[in-house]
Amino acid sequence: MTETATHLSDAVKFNIQIGDELTHNVKPLLHEIKHALDNLIETGATTVIDLRSIPLAPGEEDKILNTLGQGEVQAQLNALGLSEIIETRYPGVWIVTHYNDEQHVTSRFIEVTTMPGILCSQTEDVMEACSRLTLDLRDDKETNVSPSEN
Amino acid sequence: MTNNKDKTLGEILRDQGVSRRSFLKYCAATASMMALSPALIPKIAHALENAKRPSVIWLSFQECTGCTESLTRAHTATIESLIFDAISLDYHHTLQAASGHAAEEAREEAMKENFGKYLLIVDGSIPLDNPGYSTIAGISNYDMLIESAKGAAAIVAIGTCAAFGGLPHANPNPTGAVSVSDIIKDKPIINVPGCPPIPVVITGVLTHFLTFGSIPELDHIGRPKVFYGQSIHDRCYRRPFYDKGLFAETFDDEGARKGWCLYKLGCKGPTTYNACATTKWNDGTSWPIEAGHPCLGCSEPDFWDGGGFYKSLSMPTENITQTVIYTAAGAIAAGVALGAMNKARKNNAVAAHSKTGVDDLEK
Repeated sequence: MTETATHLSDAVKFNIQIGDELTHNVKPLLHEIKHALDNLIETGATTVIDLRSIPLAPGEEDKILNTLGQGEVQAQLNALGLSEIIETRYPGVWIVTHYNDEQHVTSRFIEVTTMPGILCSQTEDVMEACSRLTLDLRDDKETNVSPSEN
Repeated sequence: MTNNKDKTLGEILRDQGVSRRSFLKYCAATASMMALSPALIPKIAHALENAKRPSVIWLSFQECTGCTESLTRAHTATIESLIFDAISLDYHHTLQAASGHAAEEAREEAMKENFGKYLLIVDGSIPLDNPGYSTIAGISNYDMLIESAKGAAAIVAIGTCAAFGGLPHANPNPTGAVSVSDIIKDKPIINVPGCPPIPVVITGVLTHFLTFGSIPELDHIGRPKVFYGQSIHDRCYRRPFYDKGLFAETFDDEGARKGWCLYKLGCKGPTTYNACATTKWNDGTSWPIEAGHPCLGCSEPDFWDGGGFYKSLSMPTENITQTVIYTAAGAIAAGVALGAMNKARKNNAVAAHSKTGVDDLEK
């Protein structure tokens, strides 16, 4: 079974009994996030943690996501498949999940920042947009149609 | 008109209408796949934008096609498709439409056009006892490897068979199987072992070559450290149980149900170096130890001859000693004798109404 975009909260549960006292990676990771928040406040430096690089027991990733919860901002990005960018209930701590076209998770990051970089308009895209709009306006002038009528 | 082969990956993607934001997302997934720090994402983006499509020739020798299956069954379709957009897979026995002489001509043409620059991928071992054991278009595996390696920039030995001989090399090695590095001595060789290797490890190595134009840092047996740098044991989520001395003794005891360490059930995690514990399998769903089975050590040399999958590493392997004695009397006799030994053990267990344990599974 595979976790998909439409079943984010229904992640796969395994039939292995893991009690709260037997998980070991959640608390150290939360401490790492706390240190990253300190760093963000003091120096403005952002931190990105790749959740796929950490050995996690069954259920631990869910536990981390549930602990961080959801805050005020949820954004979706449609680029090479869906991406979800969620600010957790701890402002400055974001969960960025990238999916492919088949809605399988390709990567998941915890970003400690004021704004995940992937949400910002990219300079190259802005330049391309400017060129495209210029061309559109020129075409509109030639055909005497205002952009709003397009 | 510029040929796709002359374009950089950035140009190809822009031609396809891929935005910069999409490209950065791709780079983020690539960094995660290559087990690189997220801090390297901008560098990966810069390198990939300027990368040109390398020609890739894939040779399959004494193998089961499991390595190709692993790669093509990878579920991260977006990444794989982009990688295959980014490389020119000019020859692959299993995947190409052409066959016979047309296929061999494609290989020869790719080698000639890209001499000194193409990436040669090999899966399967090479039989040396008799060239006729494995041939392609009448060419022995040995001759094809020697010929194809001449103009290769680097060679990637995919799977334990190509990297270390694998199953064909297992005792008594009836075909005289050897690895790529046993034959080729004058080219950089990247070993990507596993039976099969993890799909994203295969694509990760290809992407590294594509991104940085060089081979990744290798360990003492030619494996990329980024994927094979740490033991399964060190990265295993069950490691804390090992440290506490909590072990599953059988596959259905309390320890097994509670997810305790599988060391006593024969887990080879402490001596096996691979990325299973973090990358996992089937699109990151699970991996053998998470499914309750000990690691077999499939990315290590001679893992088939390690004395038994269900013997713990610290246990003396009595079967091995007996096997040696029986082998002296002849391989067939040994097979019969071992079968009889196992059957007798199984019968004894049934008679004693005992649970089926590790020893009963041992073959």
